[in-house]
Parts: sequence; C-alpha cells; structure tokens
Amino acid sequence: MTLPRTDLLQTAGLTRRYAGLVAVDAVDMTIPEGGVHAVIGPNGAGKTTLFNLISGLVPPSAGTITFAGQDITALPPHLRARLGMARTFQNIRIFGAMTVLENVLTGLHVRLSASLPEIFLRLGRFRGEERQAVGRARAALDLVGLSARASERAAALSYGDQRRLEIARAMAAEPRLLLLDEPAAGMNPAETDALGQLVRRICGFGTTVLLVEHDMGFVMDISDTATVLNFGRRIYAGPPADIRQEPLVIEAYLGARMAERLARRAG
Amino acid sequence: MIDFFTMPDWLDDFLWTYQNVVHSLGVNGLLGLSMYVVLAVGQLSLGQAAFMGLGAYSSALMTLKLHLPFYIVLPASCVTPILFALAIGVPTLRLSGVYLAIATIGLGEVLRAVYLNVDYFGGALGLSGIPNSAESWMIYGLLFAAIAILWMVARSGVGRAMEAMREDETAAQVMGVNIGRYRMGALLASAMLAGLAGALNAHVSSFIGPNDYGFEPAVTILSYALLGGIGTPLASVLGAWVLTLLPEVLRDFSDLRMVFNGVIIVVAVLFLPNGLLGWRMGRIGVKRAAP
Repeated sequence: MTLPRTDLLQTAGLTRRYAGLVAVDAVDMTIPEGGVHAVIGPNGAGKTTLFNLISGLVPPSAGTITFAGQDITALPPHLRARLGMARTFQNIRIFGAMTVLENVLTGLHVRLSASLPEIFLRLGRFRGEERQAVGRARAALDLVGLSARASERAAALSYGDQRRLEIARAMAAEPRLLLLDEPAAGMNPAETDALGQLVRRICGFGTTVLLVEHDMGFVMDISDTATVLNFGRRIYAGPPADIRQEPLVIEAYLGARMAERLARRAG
Repeated sequence: MIDFFTMPDWLDDFLWTYQNVVHSLGVNGLLGLSMYVVLAVGQLSLGQAAFMGLGAYSSALMTLKLHLPFYIVLPASCVTPILFALAIGVPTLRLSGVYLAIATIGLGEVLRAVYLNVDYFGGALGLSGIPNSAESWMIYGLLFAAIAILWMVARSGVGRAMEAMREDETAAQVMGVNIGRYRMGALLASAMLAGLAGALNAHVSSFIGPNDYGFEPAVTILSYALLGGIGTPLASVLGAWVLTLLPEVLRDFSDLRMVFNGVIIVVAVLFLPNGLLGWRMGRIGVKRAAP
C-alpha cells in the first residue's frame, strides 16, 4: 500500500509554559513525510522542550500535535512509540549495564507481543518472535557499524559509539519518525561527517528524520528544511540555504546591532 | 499428607529436627522473590511484610472461622494482598520516587493497628491453633515454580523492559514500555508472592500475631534483596537464606540479631553494590539466533 504523500508531523499553536517562562511559544510546524528536517536556534530557544513535547515526555500547556493524521496531544510516550516515533537524547541515555545487543533489543519492545504464559512456557511464538528481534537488532547494529561489539557492556563503549548505539536502538523498530536531539554534540569533524552519511542513509530507508542541532554546517549539508526557534518562537521555516539571509535569524544569533550593520553593508 | 517417596532415616531425622529452619528458608525465599519483583522495576516497596500479614491473616481466618480446606485457602490467600496492592498502587504508582515506599509503610502500620484492636483478628494475642496444613513440598514447590517463572520472564522482552525501567525510566518509556503497567504488574506479583508466603507460614507455625508483620520484618525482607542482589531472581533467595541461617548459627548472640542484620546491610551496600550474587543474567530468550 502506498500512502499519499502527506504531512507526517504537525504542531499547531504548541506552547509550553514553565513558571515565568514560555519555553515553547505557539509553534506551528509542519514536517512532511520523508527527508531530513532540522530545528535550530540559540541556546535556550526551546528546541529540546519542543522535542520533549513531540515525544510526549512533557505535556503541552496549549496547542495540538498531529502525527500521521492522528491527534496525539494527549497520548503517553509509550503509545507514541507504538505509532512509529523514536528518539535519541542530548545527554545520552543508553542502558549502561545491558549489553549493546540487549540495548537495541529493548528498542524493539513495541514489536514484541508474546503473552506472559507464552514467555513462561517458551512457546514457539515467543521463540520465533525473539529470534526475529535478534535478527533485526543485529541489522540495526550493522547500520551504525557496531556489530562487532554486540556482546559488550554498553557502558564500556566510547562516547561516539554510545551515540551510535542510541541511534541503532531508536532505529531498530523501523520508526516512521526519528527525532535526533543534538546527534553531533561532542563529535569531531570526521565523526560528524560519518554521522551525516548515516542520517542520509536512515532517510533512504523511508524514515523521516527531525533533528535538533547546533552545528550549522552539519544542518546545511544534510537537511531538506529547517525551522529556527528563538525564545520559544518560530522565527523561520524553509530551506536551510536561505537561513543566512533571514534578518530575524541573524539577529537571534548575532544580536540586533550586528544584524543592522550587516544589512547596511549588504544594502 | 501424601508421601511421594520414602526418605532415608537420616534425612528424615534431619528434617524433623530442623523443620522450623527448613520451613523458614522456603517462606523467606518466597519473600525474597517478592522483594525482587518490585526492585527489579526500580520501585521501592516496604509493604512486603504487610502483604505477607494480609495473606497470613486471611488464610488463618478462612481456615479457623470458615473451615475451608487448605487447597482452597492457599490460592485464596493471594486475593486480599492483591486487592490491597491495587488500592495502594493506583494512586502512588503514577508518581515516581518514594511515594510507594511511604504508602506501604503506612499500610503496614495501619494493618498492625487493625489486627491489634479488632477482636475478630484476635487482638494482641493474635490467632492461634492454626492447623499445620502446609507441607515442605508445597513451600518448596511454590518457591521453585516462582523462581522458574521469574527466570523465564527475566530472559525475555519483559525482563529487558524491567531492567530498562530500572536504569532509565524516560528512555524506557520512549522505547514503548508502558511503565505504569509494569510497575503495577510487579507490585501485584509481589503482593501475591508475599501473600502466599504468609499463608504458608501461618499454616506451619500454628500462631500468628500482629507484630509479625510490622516495620521490622519489612526491613528484614528488604535486606534479603539488598544482601543477595537483584541481578537474578536467585540472588534475592540466596540473600534470604543467608539472613535466615545466620541467626541459627549465631544463636548464642541472639540479642544482637538486629545488630548483625544492620551491619550486614551496611557492608553489603558499601562493598557489594550488586549483592552477594552480583552476576547479571543475559536477557535474550533464544540461545542461537539467526545471524
């Protein structure tokens, strides 16, 4: 079945207030199915809060979120995962005591349906499902290049490998939408390059990628669209190449005086 | 009851002499498992003694007042602890942190006051004259069945989800784990195991009293899992066995029993963060998976 090309994720008037602070302020955002989409903005612009709203970790103060044509505003995180949403975290959250393979298998939780009696008695359906899950998990580790380390303790991996493991865990269930929260943070240029290729490859599997990133070069290289936030408000949405011409964005990053000076020089 | 095989005389003598210890090892092993189930999903409950008391009192009353046969009493003794676990769990399990621990301590104290002050429960004298209907084979049969079931669950997607919750609830949720359901399931399983332990214990010791299920036994049960560890279901059983045998070995110092327990907990927490049996089991349910 081929789905008509539609919007995969849509937020309307999405708002999150904390005491005395509006972290996300009436953000309207539309993410089409397919492609790589970036959310950028200076520190404290509300990018991570926006991700937490989308994945359901934080309830919105106002507004709605629609995912694959369904209103998910009130849905808890585990049900959003079931609908095909996966994410990684800015501060890596792998399960350190588990092996690398077990981490990725946990990402396949939504694909397991064996009942408790089937598990107690080790019935065929349980075995088949578990075997299939291990196969998928190995494929996900292959994708990020961690197959050789499948049986190591996850906490023993290097920082960059832990980031890749988190992506493998999120990709294991073949989600429709993958949210990457600052995937290139703390990576050197070579690692960032490899990450960019990985993200494009993930996109090639039909998974839509939405990422938050500080590294502008990285965003420019791999994104199809970009949304810029500042103080919780959306100040730009469109192709990433045009961001540098947008006065509001320049002002947000460099301050009003610098923006004015640049504008004068250009004019 | 039925004798399945004829024991050699020496074993028969041994079991007769030490039958109290043999029974305690089995019952406390079940209590260790009941603690394990809750800790395994990252929750702290101090209600194991209270759930055990509910199982003990309800089974004793069913036997003494309703004269029901033991094969009905034993399974029915799980019902009361499960109902109380539901009542405690619904409001507290949605919250994180220590709310469950606080609520379960409260439950234990309230129940103790009820047993003490309501004549139907025997007041301070407790209930006595409970027939010794529970046999060692029932206790150990249930213990080993419980270990086997919990072991199978631990080596499956459910076990992975439980460990994931223990390590990072936020990440587990995002993986699709319904943490509310897991917490409740664990609490109910734990209440059931403690209730069974209570019913078995009541029917081997012929007497139960309100102080058997207060705060002190609750901490002792917690120390089973702290000492043994929660890496596998067996670890908490091992912890229970060590802490059950120790007072027997140190009988001459019985006044210092709680001191020994306290020292053991401190030493275990400081030097054995993963427990006596720190080994962590693999959580993949198939031996040889497709490459």
